[in-house]
Amino acid sequence: MSEYNVINSRASRIDTPDKSTGRAVFIDDMSMPGMLYGALLQSPLASAKILSIDTSAAENLPGVKAVVTAKEAGLVKYGVSPARYDETLFCHDKVRYVGDEIAAVAATDLETAMEAVSLIKVEYEELPLLLTIDDAMAEGAPVLHEKYPGNVCAEVHQEFGDVEAGFKESDLIKTQTFRNKRQDAAFIEPQGCLARYDPSSGNLTLHSSTQVPHYVQRTLAMVLKLPVGKVRVVKPYVGAGFGIKAAANPMELSACLLSMKTGKPVKMNYSREQVFMFGRARHQFTHTMTTGVKKDGTLMALKHECYLDGGAYSSFGIATVYYAGSLLGGPYKLPNMKYDGYRIYTNKPACGAQRGHGGVAARACWEQQLDIISEELGMDPLEFRLKNMMVTGDITCNDLNMSSLGMRECIDAIKEGAGWDAKKGRLPKGKGIGMACGFFVSGAGYPIYRSDTYHGTVVIKLTEDGGTALVYTASAEIGQGSDTTFAMIAAEALGILLENVRLESGDTDFGVDLGAYSSRQTLMTGHATKEAAEDVKRQVLEVLSEELKIPAEDMDIKNAAIVFKKEKPDFSAMRTRYIKEHRGWSDNPAEDDELSFREASRIAFLARGSIVGTGKYKPHELGGKFKGAAVGTSPAYGCSAQIVEVSVDEETGKILIEKVTDAHDCGRAINRTSVEGQMEGSVSMGLGEAMYEEVKFDGKGRVINSDLAEYKIPTSLDMPPVEPIIVESNEPNGPFGAKEVGEGAIMPTIPAILNAVYDAIGVRIRELPLTPERVYMSIREKEKE
Amino acid sequence: MLISFCLNGELKKLNISPNRRVTDLLREDFGLTGTKEGCGTGECGACTILADGEPRLSCLMLAAQLEGKKIVTIEGLSDGQKLHPVQQAFIDYGAVQCGFCSPGMILSAAAFLRQTPEPSRDQIRESISGNLCRCTGYQKIVDALEAAAKIMQEE
Repeated sequence: MSEYNVINSRASRIDTPDKSTGRAVFIDDMSMPGMLYGALLQSPLASAKILSIDTSAAENLPGVKAVVTAKEAGLVKYGVSPARYDETLFCHDKVRYVGDEIAAVAATDLETAMEAVSLIKVEYEELPLLLTIDDAMAEGAPVLHEKYPGNVCAEVHQEFGDVEAGFKESDLIKTQTFRNKRQDAAFIEPQGCLARYDPSSGNLTLHSSTQVPHYVQRTLAMVLKLPVGKVRVVKPYVGAGFGIKAAANPMELSACLLSMKTGKPVKMNYSREQVFMFGRARHQFTHTMTTGVKKDGTLMALKHECYLDGGAYSSFGIATVYYAGSLLGGPYKLPNMKYDGYRIYTNKPACGAQRGHGGVAARACWEQQLDIISEELGMDPLEFRLKNMMVTGDITCNDLNMSSLGMRECIDAIKEGAGWDAKKGRLPKGKGIGMACGFFVSGAGYPIYRSDTYHGTVVIKLTEDGGTALVYTASAEIGQGSDTTFAMIAAEALGILLENVRLESGDTDFGVDLGAYSSRQTLMTGHATKEAAEDVKRQVLEVLSEELKIPAEDMDIKNAAIVFKKEKPDFSAMRTRYIKEHRGWSDNPAEDDELSFREASRIAFLARGSIVGTGKYKPHELGGKFKGAAVGTSPAYGCSAQIVEVSVDEETGKILIEKVTDAHDCGRAINRTSVEGQMEGSVSMGLGEAMYEEVKFDGKGRVINSDLAEYKIPTSLDMPPVEPIIVESNEPNGPFGAKEVGEGAIMPTIPAILNAVYDAIGVRIRELPLTPERVYMSIREKEKE
Repeated sequence: MLISFCLNGELKKLNISPNRRVTDLLREDFGLTGTKEGCGTGECGACTILADGEPRLSCLMLAAQLEGKKIVTIEGLSDGQKLHPVQQAFIDYGAVQCGFCSPGMILSAAAFLRQTPEPSRDQIRESISGNLCRCTGYQKIVDALEAAAKIMQEE
């Protein structure tokens, strides 16, 4: 029996009745009277000078209400990180990728808007194309951005401890290179938005399929030169994001600008092709790692170099290049680590943050290398990892504090769950088993812009009848189940039932919340929710204390009833008063019922007016003092271990993933079903990246597989059985001990597959995806050796 | 052109333009926005509807193809009081995350389970293989459909 009444259960999500009946409103389901439709003119060339833009024919097309270019939008620089604002809403001097925005049109219907876009005449002078890192770093290569010579968008050079000294003490040193491919997040709902500017008040409201209403609000205010207080961003239900919807996009800015120009609501959507063109998903990383260990398996040093193909703009890229290094600081005891990372501009859509931000390819490279090392040392890969594993309270060489770490428990759980000992080294050729570990932040320790802001604020208000707690949070439900998580936390902390809570989220008018990225909401918004609920509870008990002349600390609220810890007082006068106010109501309390939360909070309302509780959260100061120390810091870290079982057809190179055993330490699980949902979804995305996914370009920089038929994500037939095992450490910095599960759970999947494939066929594959061609060729090359 | 068809149990007669897609007709003219558009090219399955009990991709259908058909959208799958067993199972088994694929997925599965009362797990996986989901990894969807199949058999 759980010590909790609401959390730690398998409560049904509060949004599924709407989502399973078609009632749930997503962005494209919204419309407004007099609404116009917007369309974007995007560059057909990957690299060109703009000589002239002529919008006259478009403006003269009947039905067109506004055409905007850089002339109207201005040249305010924006982006994700203030350290690298390198975008303007529209290009004015040159275009840097196929899809770069040049103009936007609003018209009475979409067809007219699109026709108008086709009537805009742009004269280009083509410039040399830089489609690869090698092209972009070649001597004398032209630069995409004048400010960044050599096309180096960002570089990182860090050393913790003394790597060369670590190698001197090592008995075995291995070097490997590994490369993943540019991914697309392939959420099923393309980005869309609906902007409404009211010229009389100057208020702008943007409804958008975003993960981060707060950051979008600030970007809109900055680029469109409006006071933040005049800008409201509201998120309806969102058809997932995985990081790509975690920053303002040019479509959102265009819709707002067009609404400001026309005084009418403007709706815009990306087509699936535009989703691919916009990009902002996983980078292509090329990692080279050298790891030194002692004979007994003690990890001594890691030297790591990484190149990221960034595309035309920075997006999240500065954080990405830091994360690619910093997330190897744990979960193993690693005394010495050196990292050199480079993010390079190329004439392709910008890459950004995707589930497991920056850490996924690095983890795949290193965990495969650890497998190689453990084999050479003659150690079981699982034992090798256990030998080096950190424990709760350890601090990594780059100052990340493992305030709770159930990594050992995760390894023990998968070992037993998969029957590792009976299978490892005992499977026939063509069958293999492999494992890997990983960890991730439970929320970035600092906001993206420098600020002392709270990361989340929550308001809870009781209805005047006392029957319902209304929770208002600006956090973003994007499918992960955060609305339900916060409703459960509120109910638990307040002592009421989940059905007594109604929750509204995703609106900047509800407060500040940095949104759904870096796996932050459960811990951070959860804290603020818990604090707001406790504030409400305190107020209700204070009034009861005054009315009943009992100290507040001698009372509690549980299961929506008042608990008297000592002698039960006579509350009949209070009950009579409540019933008098509700004459004729069918659900009044019976004489010998316990004093209900509803009665108590009605009495509190009568004494004080609206009962409103507030909560807030920001992490304590985290991390070291070195440059870039903030990236990777977090109040807590979730961690995972997975075992993958495969069979490989050596004649065709085809891999079948047979089973995944997956343990994740999420601290206290708030909703067990949702935790498993994140684990299973993470495995699916990791499996897709390992096996199929690659955004491909032609020689002109155009995406050639910009649809869901040619860009293959896992279908129901591709998914093996996944056994999710929840490990619950008690995280001291988490609400009720909770921490992340949304991203850490993807970390081990790719390397566990790679290690299982090696176990099956004896071939190490150092490039993704593991297509039959690549596997077949790897087998043939190995045979030649 | 004039067409007539049955939409969620009601007879509809209307004049349509011959190039109108069924997705747009349902969403814009009838306000049935439960039918989602994820790709517009028949790859993701989010726009699935039932035509004479068979799952069809409404983004690839022209309105004229509705003539004489019985069409069911997600809004018409249950009577509004008691949910269809597949809908209820999606709620009970945590089969929904972002929910954008859910309407199409539920309709594909409901049609399949009507024709296959005792499905194997692999048959269930095959029945929804034309409906992409990026959130769940499908496992809880398949769990839900196994449970729904049992309930539908009992009913």
